[in-house]
Amino acid sequence: MNHARRSEAFLDDRVKADWHDQAIWFVRQKRDHETHGIPEWEELRELGSQIKSHTLSRLDHYLEIFEKNARKHGVHVHWASTAEKHNEIILDILKRNTIRHVVKSKSMLTEECRLNPYLESNGIEIIDTDLGERIIQLRGETPSHIVLPAIHLKKEEVGELFSEKLGTEAGANDPTYLTEAARIHLRSKFLEAGAAITGVNFAVADSGAVVVCTNEGNADMGVHAAPVQIHSMGIEKVIPRTEDLGVFTRLLARSATGQPVTIFNAHYLKPKPGGEMHVIIVDNGRSEHLGRKHFRNGLKCIRCGACLNTCPVYRRSGGHSYNSTIAGPIGSVLTPGFDLEKHSDLPFASTLCGSCSDVCPVKIDLHEQLYRWRQIISKQSSYSKSKKMIMRLAGNVLANPKRMHLAGKFARRMIGLLPRGLIYLPANKWGAGREMPEPPARTFKQWYRDNRMKYGQKDNS
Amino acid sequence: MNVALFIPCYIDQFYPRVGIATLELLEKLGCNVSFPMAQTCCGQPLANSGHEDDAVDAYLHFVETFSTYDYIVAPSGSCSYHVRKHYDILEQTKSVQHVRSKTLDLPEFLVDILEVEKLDASFHGRVGLHHSCHGLRGLRLGSDSERVVPAFSKIRFLLSLVEGIEIVEADRRDECCGFGGTYAVHEHALSVKMGQDRIEGFTSKEVEFITAGDMSCLMHLEGIIKREKSPVEIIHIAEILNHRN
Repeated sequence: MNHARRSEAFLDDRVKADWHDQAIWFVRQKRDHETHGIPEWEELRELGSQIKSHTLSRLDHYLEIFEKNARKHGVHVHWASTAEKHNEIILDILKRNTIRHVVKSKSMLTEECRLNPYLESNGIEIIDTDLGERIIQLRGETPSHIVLPAIHLKKEEVGELFSEKLGTEAGANDPTYLTEAARIHLRSKFLEAGAAITGVNFAVADSGAVVVCTNEGNADMGVHAAPVQIHSMGIEKVIPRTEDLGVFTRLLARSATGQPVTIFNAHYLKPKPGGEMHVIIVDNGRSEHLGRKHFRNGLKCIRCGACLNTCPVYRRSGGHSYNSTIAGPIGSVLTPGFDLEKHSDLPFASTLCGSCSDVCPVKIDLHEQLYRWRQIISKQSSYSKSKKMIMRLAGNVLANPKRMHLAGKFARRMIGLLPRGLIYLPANKWGAGREMPEPPARTFKQWYRDNRMKYGQKDNS
Repeated sequence: MNVALFIPCYIDQFYPRVGIATLELLEKLGCNVSFPMAQTCCGQPLANSGHEDDAVDAYLHFVETFSTYDYIVAPSGSCSYHVRKHYDILEQTKSVQHVRSKTLDLPEFLVDILEVEKLDASFHGRVGLHHSCHGLRGLRLGSDSERVVPAFSKIRFLLSLVEGIEIVEADRRDECCGFGGTYAVHEHALSVKMGQDRIEGFTSKEVEFITAGDMSCLMHLEGIIKREKSPVEIIHIAEILNHRN
């Protein structure tokens, strides 16, 4: 099933679809409110974009500086070329320390690597500690949004889930009550965890620190309580200097949730006394993506989710309709790089309205990349042969006034002559929810010929 | 000044009145307007579907048809944007560069080149202004709600010169209508849903008309309006700017 079909299914429940659209639009409005209070916002975006572009152009250099500085503080730095390597490194750390219980703070990278099922199949309990993440973990789902993983669920659905899994009162859906229940449940998990895993928002080369931004404080609680801390980062997360960080924390919080600042911006620099700190630097296809001229700047992404919130398609189709770890416009430009065949529907899941590119805090040209992917997908061997032929034929018609005239005449006649039942057959996707335009008596060209044709003008139509 | 009128294929076929209004408006403003009869299509439908290679002949035909004019003016932001932005795959000959830089959407031509400050136009009605995406974000005909820049809109400015008009913005000022070219067919359910929401954004403010710079958005919205038998009418900005009660 492709995105078109999945979005159609999502829209079947109109009330829920409208609720989803409005809930996420609310976040977009909060973002607008916060950004419009910053007169230098566009300058900030430009700065963020340039710092990221610069860093991506010297990625090896900055990663090595980061590694050197992190090691100085006694941090173990690991390099993982693939998701599998990443998972093995983590399992190895846990085994060496005989750890069976792990808490994790939100990390899209570990989602990408499918870390949870891997650790679970090796007998390790791994608990997601962000409220939204824990909710979807209990439901056996994947996040539908990179910042708001359970945004597809209403509080009633969470109440039902907690009643079944955490023993809350049946029918209770008061958010404060449910959150309190989750807190109590998670508290015991924090206390028994031997290791805490987090993602990384920024790895600062000149200090060797990894910075994690959360609103719930769960990353910090996990890291401070567990003897072993593990931070997984994609290679693109490095930034050159501590002083660059302010640009990104300002951009990130406002773009993600419309907050002036994220509640917790933790800098993890060194292991706690008697503890261990590991940083795993993961490639998993990123180097290859960096080599794609038109698409490399997708790696500037700071995972704020603003492009999802603004996307009129995302809001009305839900994150799961993308069938990809990362949904929305950024997912649609990054995911085809992992598996083009499987995700070839994603670049077409857009009207190319361009809102994503303008909302992006680091100026990724998202809608242009969607357009570029389309050009590549149509050349794949798996692409429909008949579609290829039709397009070639159409190209011939559009380049030739005479053929174009005939095709137009034919189409207009057909709409005018055919009975309604034949025009609105199921194959006419336009007609499923819309009327066809009414063909006028004359085209503009005919009108022009009759009324304005200049003396001596060549009628080469 | 030698101005060529580019009438996009679907306007030619289905909305000649928009072409006529554009031509009359430009003539009223004193332009010497030609309509090269050999024109076809800018090639956008193919390219947006991922087949820009198949569109190259249409691109070259467009350049050949229009390269001798000072300006090429079109009543469609999306087509103008396509020529300006996506003809970058052609060899950038003098003609190509000329056509790319001189193809302007009607509002840009009126505001930036003709520097129109008054219009002999009147239109009595409550008109919802839909900001078509390619014009707004592609050609920067106005400020959009995402960027933090001083508020402006070339289209709104032009409409404000029309006597008697009441301009209304939707709650989500510049959300996409859901047309998106072949997207309208490819993901038709979602496309229609977006259109319905867009129309609701205007009808909830009791508009009588919905206008836009791009007829393609309006064609899509009109299809939904007619299917749902909504009383609101669609009208292109050129028709309003050329209107006298």
